[in-house]
Amino acid sequence: MACEPWQSQLDAYLDGELPSESMRALDAHLRTCPACTADALARVQLKRAIKTAGTRFTPSVEFRDQIQKKIAAKRPRMWSFGWAVAAALVILLMAGSLVRYFEKQNLRQQHLYSELADLHVSTLASTNPVDVVSSDRHTVKPWFQGKIPFTFNLPELQNTDFTLLGGRVTYLGQAPGAELIYQIRKHQISVFLFPEDLVGFGSRSSITRERSFNVETWTEDGLRYVMFGDAAPEDLRNLATLLKGAARS
Amino acid sequence: MVPPRSGTFEELAMPLFGQLYNFAHWLAQNREEAEDLVQETYVKALKGFGTFEPGTNFRAWMYRILRNTFLNSRSGKKAAQTVSLDEGEDGQVIAATTDSQTPEAILIDRNHQDLLQAALEELPLHFREVLLLCEVEEMSYQEIADTIAVPIGTVMSRLSRARAALRVSLQQKLRGT
Repeated sequence: MACEPWQSQLDAYLDGELPSESMRALDAHLRTCPACTADALARVQLKRAIKTAGTRFTPSVEFRDQIQKKIAAKRPRMWSFGWAVAAALVILLMAGSLVRYFEKQNLRQQHLYSELADLHVSTLASTNPVDVVSSDRHTVKPWFQGKIPFTFNLPELQNTDFTLLGGRVTYLGQAPGAELIYQIRKHQISVFLFPEDLVGFGSRSSITRERSFNVETWTEDGLRYVMFGDAAPEDLRNLATLLKGAARS
Repeated sequence: MVPPRSGTFEELAMPLFGQLYNFAHWLAQNREEAEDLVQETYVKALKGFGTFEPGTNFRAWMYRILRNTFLNSRSGKKAAQTVSLDEGEDGQVIAATTDSQTPEAILIDRNHQDLLQAALEELPLHFREVLLLCEVEEMSYQEIADTIAVPIGTVMSRLSRARAALRVSLQQKLRGT
C-alpha cells in the first residue's frame, strides 16, 4: 500500500514530533490523499477523546490543603530561621554600635582625664597656683560668684587633716568650672567642679588611677566633681565624703 | 510547555498537584491509593528537592518520582508484572488493528466516554501511562522518555502500540454495546 510509509508517520505528525521537513512532506501528501486525511482525522479525534477521558480524577479540596500544609510546613521554619538570622544581624549591629559608642565615650573620657591631669599638674607647677588664696570656705565660695555659671557648698574642715589652699577658675572643653586645691600631708588634691551636662563623663564611682594620679569622680546636685591627686585613695575617699556631705547640706 | 527554571518547591510543585493526582489515580485506580501515592511523591520530592537540578524538567522529575513510587508499591509491582507479559503480544495487537476499521468516528459521541475510560483502565500499565503522558499531560516524547526512563524510540513504539491496543479494545467494547 503506497500510503503505508505516510501512515506510520501520522502519530508523530499529530503529536508535533515530526522534523519540519518530514512535516511539510506529509502536509503535501495529506492534501492529495483523502484516505490518509481521513486516517489523520480519526487519530486526532482519538487523541482528543483520550484527553477528555483521561482528565477524569480531581483531588479533593481537603487533600490539596493537606499536601499544601505538609510542604509549606518547611516554610515557617525557614522564615523563622531567616528572622533569627536577621535578628542576630540586628543584635550584632547594635552590639557593634554600642561597642563603638562605649569606645567613643571611653576615648572622650580619656581625653577629659588627661586634660584634667594637665590642669592639675599646671596648677601645682604654677607660681600662683590659686587665684583666691584662702583656707576659709566662706571666702572661697563667694569669690567664684559671677565667675562660673553655678554655685556650690564647701565642707567644714575642722577636725580633719585637710586644708583648703584656695581656688581658681578653670576651663574644660571651653566650659568654665571651679578648681579647688586641698592639701593633706604635703599632698595636693585638685577638686574640679563642672556643670554635669557640659562634661561627658561616664558614671564612674570608684577611685581609679589616671596617669599615675588617683582620681575620684561623682555627680552631685547637677555638678560633676573630679578629684585628682597623688594622695592615698583613702584620703581622696575621705575628702569626697566631706564634699558630698557639704553639697547635701 | 517550558519547564519552570527556578522557584521554591511549593511554587513549582503545587501547580502540578491536580495533574499529578489525576495521573496517580489512573495508575493506582482508586482514590485512597492515589492520595497515598501523591502524598508520598510530594514528601519524597520535597526531601530530594536539593538534588533537583534547576533548569532541568521539573515536571518530568515529579512524574518520575510518582511513577517510581507507584512501581514500588504492591499494586504497582502487580501492574508491572502484567506489563512484561503484554510486551510479548505486541505483534498480535498491531496485526489485529491493521485490517480492522478505525472506530474513532464513533467516539465523537459523548455517550462513549465511559467506554473509552474503561478501555484506558484496562490497558496494561506501560501503555496506559505513555498514552496519558502524551495525550493528557501533553508531554513531548523527550519528556515522556525522561519520565519513564526509556529511550525516545521506545516511547514512540510504545505509544503506537498503546494506540493500537486501545483501538482494538474500543472496537470490542463497541461491538458489545
